[in-house]
Amino acid sequence: MRAQFVLSEIGVGLRRNLTMTFAVVVSVALSLALFGGALLMRNQVNEMKTYWYDKVNISIYFCNKNDAETGVPQCAKGAVTAEQKQQVKADLEKMDIVDKVYYEDADQAFKHYKEQFGDTPMANVLTPDQMQESYQIKLKDPEKYKVVTTAFQGRAGVQAVEDQRSILDQLFELMNGMNVAALFLMGLMLVIALMLIVNTVRVSAFSRRRETGIMRLVGASSFYIQAPFIMEAAVAGLIGGALACVMLVLGRYFLIDHGLALADKMELVNFIGWDAVLTKLPLVLAISLLMPALAAFFALRKYLKV
Amino acid sequence: MIRFDNVSKSYPKQNRPALRDVSLEVEKGEFVFLVGSSGSGKSTFLRLLLREERASQGQVHVLGKDLARLSNWKVPQMRRQLGTVFQDFRLLPNKTVAENVAFAQEVIGKPRGEIRKAVPQVLDLVGLGGKEDRMPGELSGGEQQRVAIARAFVNRPMLLIADEPTGNLDPQTSVGIMKLLDRINRTGTTVVMATHDQQIVDQMRKRVIELEKGRLVRDQSRGVYGYQH
Repeated sequence: MRAQFVLSEIGVGLRRNLTMTFAVVVSVALSLALFGGALLMRNQVNEMKTYWYDKVNISIYFCNKNDAETGVPQCAKGAVTAEQKQQVKADLEKMDIVDKVYYEDADQAFKHYKEQFGDTPMANVLTPDQMQESYQIKLKDPEKYKVVTTAFQGRAGVQAVEDQRSILDQLFELMNGMNVAALFLMGLMLVIALMLIVNTVRVSAFSRRRETGIMRLVGASSFYIQAPFIMEAAVAGLIGGALACVMLVLGRYFLIDHGLALADKMELVNFIGWDAVLTKLPLVLAISLLMPALAAFFALRKYLKV
Repeated sequence: MIRFDNVSKSYPKQNRPALRDVSLEVEKGEFVFLVGSSGSGKSTFLRLLLREERASQGQVHVLGKDLARLSNWKVPQMRRQLGTVFQDFRLLPNKTVAENVAFAQEVIGKPRGEIRKAVPQVLDLVGLGGKEDRMPGELSGGEQQRVAIARAFVNRPMLLIADEPTGNLDPQTSVGIMKLLDRINRTGTTVVMATHDQQIVDQMRKRVIELEKGRLVRDQSRGVYGYQH
């Protein structure tokens, strides 16, 4: 088989079906960009999970005077007493799953709040009195936060047990939901891409039936007859895959580093690095090459007699 | 060269089989006319030879191979030893005469040097020397059929199968084509030709095989088109 002959056949075929080729390229590019995006989103969620779950604690907030006066129902019996605090601490230390317990008094809480929110109107009217004393608890196994929550919720002197994890979980759930949506959309685009490829092959096989008929009669091998069609699909797919790669790289660049610049706006979030993006590219390219080629191969079995 | 042993072929959705219990043998170097009215099974016979179809019953041997046992991927290899010519020429309209002939060699991976030598040779043989660069559309029907024959013959097949090669040609041109086929036959190539052309069959006095409703009804050496009453 001569490469030049085959290459020129591919070129002719792709140009003949220019609109169809364009449609294949675009649909492959979009579906694989979504696929890559979904993979990266999963990476991002995992990255954030390991980072945040490590830092996240359960906080047990105690009633302060202010709570008692403003009539917070859990604090009807007045501010927390030293004994109550002592009791909570002792109980916490008895629990196996608790790793460490830090105490934070109202002044420290006030300071932290100021640090975090600075000059906002809310921070300016706040006084140390309004802040609550709390225990910040670090668990050995963050999955078991419920044990702590149920144990201390509603105890005398405890205003609230807050599991910061559940707040994060909502965020992660949202991200996972977006992920599922992206994958669903990807599946849809992929089906469209495959159907376009099958159709392209059908049209292409029909418009070349004279050539392929002669090839068959003079004894060209089926591989030789099919190769131009399969390679046409593979080339179109590869162009689409390359476009998807470009979209992924640009996507990370404009979302995280520049443009939207989320890395600057959300300093607390650990974003995925370039390595995560770059390792996805070979996979995207491989799929963009193999999937259309396979689709073309199966389409040929139906539309091209060899 | 060709052997049919009790071959039947029926197509799905058709009550009457296209071929019924046909047995015959064609030796190397023979020239055989296949005659019969439309629907008599001539085309099916040729399709079985090319292994475009498989026999429903019986055995078809071509070039010493049992076609039923020939695996699909070996079929191209077998077809390289066959040449085929059709009523409608089947040339590529966007390729020149020489390219059309060369195509048959390119697609089976013949080296370029060999193609460059073989193509002018075979075009000379069919009487188209000097017309290498013409397009098929510029040629007469007879000339186009000569190109098709050149393409079929360029790989020097053992067996040439012609399906009504003169069906679209006037009698005079047909005679020219038949002379060419006869010359090819004299080089030792077996020729099987399906035809409706009574004049040609009667003139050539070659072996005649007649099919009727799928049955072999006549096998006559030095025969004529129809029975003479």
